Amino acid sequence: MSSSPLRLTALDAVHRSLGATMTDFAGWDMPLRYGSERDEHHAVRTAAGLFDLSHMGEITVTGPQAAALLDHALVGNIGGVRTGRARYTMICSEDGGILDDLIVYRLAESEYMVVANASNAQVVLDALVERGAGFDAEVRDDRDAYALLAVQGPESPGIVKALTDADLDGLKYYAGLPGTVAGVPALIARTGYTGEDGFELFVKPEHAVELWQALTKAGEGVGLTPCGLSCRDTLRLEAGMPLYGHELSTALTPFDAGLGRVVKFEKEGDFVGRTALEAAAERAASAPPRVLVGLVAEGRRVPRAGYRVVADGEVIGEVTSGAPSPTLGKPIAMAYVDAAHSAPGTAGVGVDIRGSHEPYEVVALPFYRREK
Amino acid sequence: MSNPQQLRYSKEHEWLSGAEDGVSTVGITEFAANALGDVVYAQLPEVGSTVTAGETCGELESTKSVSDLYSPVGGEITEINEDVVNDPSLVNTAPFEGGWLFKVRVADEPDDLLSADEYSAHTAG
Repeated sequence: MSSSPLRLTALDAVHRSLGATMTDFAGWDMPLRYGSERDEHHAVRTAAGLFDLSHMGEITVTGPQAAALLDHALVGNIGGVRTGRARYTMICSEDGGILDDLIVYRLAESEYMVVANASNAQVVLDALVERGAGFDAEVRDDRDAYALLAVQGPESPGIVKALTDADLDGLKYYAGLPGTVAGVPALIARTGYTGEDGFELFVKPEHAVELWQALTKAGEGVGLTPCGLSCRDTLRLEAGMPLYGHELSTALTPFDAGLGRVVKFEKEGDFVGRTALEAAAERAASAPPRVLVGLVAEGRRVPRAGYRVVADGEVIGEVTSGAPSPTLGKPIAMAYVDAAHSAPGTAGVGVDIRGSHEPYEVVALPFYRREK
Repeated sequence: MSNPQQLRYSKEHEWLSGAEDGVSTVGITEFAANALGDVVYAQLPEVGSTVTAGETCGELESTKSVSDLYSPVGGEITEINEDVVNDPSLVNTAPFEGGWLFKVRVADEPDDLLSADEYSAHTAG
């Protein structure tokens, strides 16, 4: 437990007036849920949910060599991202371990916004500053410059459209453009962490309450529901999206996590972690490490992070995330398991739930994929 | 939230009804249900088994965690709430009524059970 006071988002008073149950998340006092987290989850799958994600860490990189800096500091091909588009990528240490997973938005030819997880934002900032030495570019801590609101779910385009003149139909998944929403300047991004269509709106903190209220009003007739971090976790789990500290860590390379595709060896110039990652890629190809799989319960007991995965009395893996899935109506988990047991349908796999071995089915990720 | 006056309470957030023919009903409080979040699975003691006051007799799973279920009194389980087994969300929607968990023929009752007012003070702290 940290003794320093929790940080409050610009929407703190709104959350309290809505009766939110709050939780300490990476030093921020964040809404865990407003009512039933299952109802919030279903709202995002069937209508729309409104999230305060202001704990996320924004870092701006600008200057003539902004692209070169990020190509050196991150594993992805950032110079290849077109203006107005976004890219999911990672920052690794010299030994290839994952420091964080990131979304990078190219806002202009020589301006990027890097969005880091709250728990890693300082690490990412420090690494970018250190790795950026010698580049003609500036790394700026913009964590306090933005509030972040997300509208997620099938009704989200209609809700946001009602409040903006921006061309949302032309805004593709993983794209972002500056615009005005409900009269306030915003970076409008079509990104999310729920497996649904949706938008993330980066605005100045002093505009956050106004925007929240305008979105709430615009969504009144279509079931827009305020949503906390609890349902965000079950939504991303169903969508098979990794969470840092669970599926991703400094002890794993992107290849260990089944996400080697984010590492772009063919990009120009050297980048931090290249040598170690090349070795990791070869290792993954020749002797597959444990594989990240989905598990679906046959019973009703819920696997939790850290529980052992077993087969024939042997430990074959470990659960990294687990929860009752509101969409599937049964417990699900992501787990790293030995390659021999990783094929979907592998028989005889179980999870040790407090001493009893509960049967689980190995399935391919994700658990849930929206209809497009 | 208000805790019904006619019930007594344990510090582990179970409630206990007055006995009818020596049998009391047990559930968890609204405070506990709110703290858990949506309950998705209830493992209740078996009918005919004997529970001991203050000891684990089952578990409640919610979205975020699993919690042990304690019995506030000792005795023999005479009935469990099959409705809760089939629909655990009753624990959230009606913790003091339709979300009751089990009935127990009370053989041993600890002397530190709380009144409604004492329990309200306990959870306010």
